[in-house]
Amino acid sequence: MKARVHVMLKNGVLDPQGEAVRHALGAMGFDNVTGVRQGKVIDLNLAEGASEADVTEMCEKLLANTVIESYSIEML
Amino acid sequence: MKAAIVVFPGSNCDRDLAVAFERAGFDVSMVWHKDSELPAGVDIVGVPGGFSYGDYLRCGAIAAQSPICKAVVDHANRGGYAIGICNGFQVLTETGVLPGALLRNAGLKYICRTVDLKITTTDSIFTQGYSVGDVIGVPIAHHDGNYYADAETVAQLQGEDRVAFSYADNPNGSVADIAGILSENRRVLGMMPHPERAADEAHGGTDGVAVFRALTSIVATA
Repeated sequence: MKARVHVMLKNGVLDPQGEAVRHALGAMGFDNVTGVRQGKVIDLNLAEGASEADVTEMCEKLLANTVIESYSIEML
Repeated sequence: MKAAIVVFPGSNCDRDLAVAFERAGFDVSMVWHKDSELPAGVDIVGVPGGFSYGDYLRCGAIAAQSPICKAVVDHANRGGYAIGICNGFQVLTETGVLPGALLRNAGLKYICRTVDLKITTTDSIFTQGYSVGDVIGVPIAHHDGNYYADAETVAQLQGEDRVAFSYADNPNGSVADIAGILSENRRVLGMMPHPERAADEAHGGTDGVAVFRALTSIVATA
């Protein structure tokens, strides 16, 4: 059983790395990109019986800093 | 007077911080991240700079979950004094002892140089040795020192006079030029600049000494 957690900086929090990627794409001629946000994907291998609620608790306590980041969970 | 300095795998300012405390007259003990208790009778805890746990996941995130950090949080919740510098500031925000978070520097570069810091309040044991408006030279050395908090939190910090230090010339994009903040009870300070690296003539300046010297009055107030 697996879960995939996506962690992104919240809207409104400046993402300088995403901005740098956007600039680089622009410099390469990809002038059709208006914004880039960079985040993380964390794959978890879960033992039998683990629930989405358990993963939510992991996100709240460690995997995301909810002051600056939002997260979403896919149970795979 | 007793100080305890937390040592994580990857801490690299722990010994500099120990020297700064010792010169101010503290007995210093180093505590390992796997310890679950602080030494008895500790007056202040120092959380040093460095790259705890390799900055994996987020700066300070894994350190904040270590056994010793639970003891540091308990110490702070009991009204104990603590100072977190650089990575130590990141750790204290990750534990929730201090509000906000430290993001990647706005210019994306690691910055290592001495900056001008303005003393924003003297209403704390850490800054009582300065005068409001003083400008001191203190080194910064960080990649993730861009202080962020939402507008409401920033207004609260400013309204409660809890911004201890601000940058004269913002190097990293920090909101409201914030370089260091105090907890609600004013007994926990987190700051990105390194006063322990401006504590000896050989460092090129001694503007940081007053932070540590002033701490000796803890015993009188505790």
